[in-house]
Amino acid sequence: MSLIRRKPQRRVAIIGAGLSLFMRRALDTGKELSYYAASQALDAAGVRRKDIQAVVMATAPDAFDGVHMKGEWLLDGAGGVGKPYLRAYVGGGSGVFSIISGWMMVASGLFDLVLVVAEEKMSSCQPHPQGAFLTIFDHIIERPLGPNLLWIFSLEQQRYMAAYGIQNEDIALVSVKNKHNALAHPAAQVAAQLTVKDVLDSEVVAWPVHRLMVSPISDGAAAVVLASEHVAQRLTDHPIWIQGVGWCLDTSYWGNRDLAYPRYVEQAARMAYEMAGITEPRRQIHVAEPYDPFAYKELHHLEGLQLADRGKAPDDLAGGRFDRGGELPTCPSGGLMGVGNPIAAAGLMKICELFWQLRGEAGARQVPGNPERGLAQAWGDLMQVGTVAVLGVR
Amino acid sequence: MDPRQAPPYVPLRGHPLTDDEFREREASTAWAPRLEYAWDAGIAISRFLEGLGQGAIYGVRCRRCGRTVTPPRAFCELDFKPMDEWVKLPETGTINTFSICYVTWDMKPLRVPQIPAVIEIDGTSPRVGFLHLVGGVRGRTVDQIRRQVRVGMPVRAVWKPPAKREGAITDILYFAPVRKRA
Amino acid sequence: MNLTHARVWRGTMPVQYLYTAGVAGERFFQTLRRRGVLAVTRCAECQVTYLPPRLYCERCFADLSQAWAEVAPGGRVHTYTVVCEDQDGHPLDPPQVVAFVRIDGTDGGLIGRLLRVRLQDVRVEMPVDAVLAPPRRRRGRMDDIVGFAPRRALPRRRTP
Repeated sequence: MSLIRRKPQRRVAIIGAGLSLFMRRALDTGKELSYYAASQALDAAGVRRKDIQAVVMATAPDAFDGVHMKGEWLLDGAGGVGKPYLRAYVGGGSGVFSIISGWMMVASGLFDLVLVVAEEKMSSCQPHPQGAFLTIFDHIIERPLGPNLLWIFSLEQQRYMAAYGIQNEDIALVSVKNKHNALAHPAAQVAAQLTVKDVLDSEVVAWPVHRLMVSPISDGAAAVVLASEHVAQRLTDHPIWIQGVGWCLDTSYWGNRDLAYPRYVEQAARMAYEMAGITEPRRQIHVAEPYDPFAYKELHHLEGLQLADRGKAPDDLAGGRFDRGGELPTCPSGGLMGVGNPIAAAGLMKICELFWQLRGEAGARQVPGNPERGLAQAWGDLMQVGTVAVLGVR
Repeated sequence: MDPRQAPPYVPLRGHPLTDDEFREREASTAWAPRLEYAWDAGIAISRFLEGLGQGAIYGVRCRRCGRTVTPPRAFCELDFKPMDEWVKLPETGTINTFSICYVTWDMKPLRVPQIPAVIEIDGTSPRVGFLHLVGGVRGRTVDQIRRQVRVGMPVRAVWKPPAKREGAITDILYFAPVRKRA
Repeated sequence: MNLTHARVWRGTMPVQYLYTAGVAGERFFQTLRRRGVLAVTRCAECQVTYLPPRLYCERCFADLSQAWAEVAPGGRVHTYTVVCEDQDGHPLDPPQVVAFVRIDGTDGGLIGRLLRVRLQDVRVEMPVDAVLAPPRRRRGRMDDIVGFAPRRALPRRRTP
């Protein structure tokens, strides 16, 4: 069954990317972080703010930064003053949704140059950003039970493990791989050389989740510049094309979903694959940045993305398939587990990584074999949204 | 990591602070808002809570797809039709998944862990679960608890005494493992 | 359904905040505390002086982290309002006059209470100077500026 009416005619390219440092606590304001990433992306693309026709800002709940309507507040740091400006927001899925939103603006023919920025400053929220996260639980039938955010992840990981007989050692390997990959990322907040034993020796926060299977709280920003085909070809010899996008939200009754398998991620991926003309994702995608806020999520998502068989992603991981030099390198950036998790900015950081990887510019992080097509995915809201973008060199 | 060896190949900007530096900065501003809300429970949940106060778990059935769910909702989000056929459900069910949580939301350690679980109540449609707690379990360690609690295990609601119920999800104290179904 | 059973559920969002002033904000507040003047950033290309200062020009996106200047804390009443109730609705006696003061030599301004002036004498475009807390009492915060008073009502201002 077709998920899109027709493939959009106008092609859209990424022509520049930028990041701030990812930090546990930044002195810099959210506006300043946004400026660091946005100005770096503009410089990399060789364009100025006055050339930009519209701006997309992705940032997760207002309650993190503690600024109501923070999209508007961040406007000047994002380069949006006096321009059409859109806040793109689907919780943790926002980072990838930001370029989907920017893509719509360019693919529709409205604009030729769009700046996409994502920011999060979670350190403002005291005593812990979970105070804001708590409100994703239903206030009447869930919050009186005293939940915390770790619950939904630990419950989902346990169901995933129970459904397929997966061991926690298999899950811990994601932390080991991603924190190791992040050693080559200059923005990284929690890069480390660890063993599976180190991960399993870290305290149990909510069994089966150990502390080193959880991404950190972070402040940071990321940005990319999108261009229409004729503008991109004027500005760069190496545009990276957005070949397909997809997104999907499943029911808000999270207890009514199959927690072992993210079918909404599958739906989002199928939409993106259809647009990109991908029929054999495992052969046609050469590098992937699946969303990894918790270690098991990377594996869970790779299965939803059809990049691994159900319940078999842990075997592929253990066999080295997802290593930087493996058959399908995943999270070569270091992901959220290694680089950090400023919510929306973390998703857009994955897009930045594919941009560099596909241009062959990733240096110490470069995956071998001249990858021609990559996939980035993010996930969020009440564990219900999948956002997917397929990028390629053609 | 030397930024010359990997993208973006320019010095990354940002000023990290330690926790002490963060807390001691004179120019920082603290704010403790009082964010208080009064949420309407709505038609379906109000009736569900009333049932809990009387020691009963109610669900609703979609007239179109026949799906029975609890907690109840006013409409079927799949068929977009009213869900107004009420059914009284048994107080037994199955553990879909569970966790053993040793921290509070603000990351303070818990000596006695909470055991959150997704419970599927008997008589509801497949894959209809809701969040509650598992209790009546001895021990505090992961190993002790995992010996007594398993995915797929049958459970039964343990209620507050009638006089103490208030029409809340917590009128069910927890779900306790049962050896055999009644 | 019997609507007399409809329930309301009460709850809170347990959050507090600690906001950093940022790189530009820290310099602004430290300058105010130490020297009693306002630190601003200037974009030469756009001819804009930012107050509060910003690390970047919001128009051309130039980096202004090396483009600092200082101005005296005085300006003109751009607009004002008379506040007769506090935020809980209790009457304020006497009412407070709150002004937005356009600071001389900048394209920005500050909000503050107008002091040492009778309500009937307040005028738009009236020149005012900041009334600062004494140097030892300043903490590098916004309330180091106690308010603004009409320029003529102050003793001769020492140029910082």
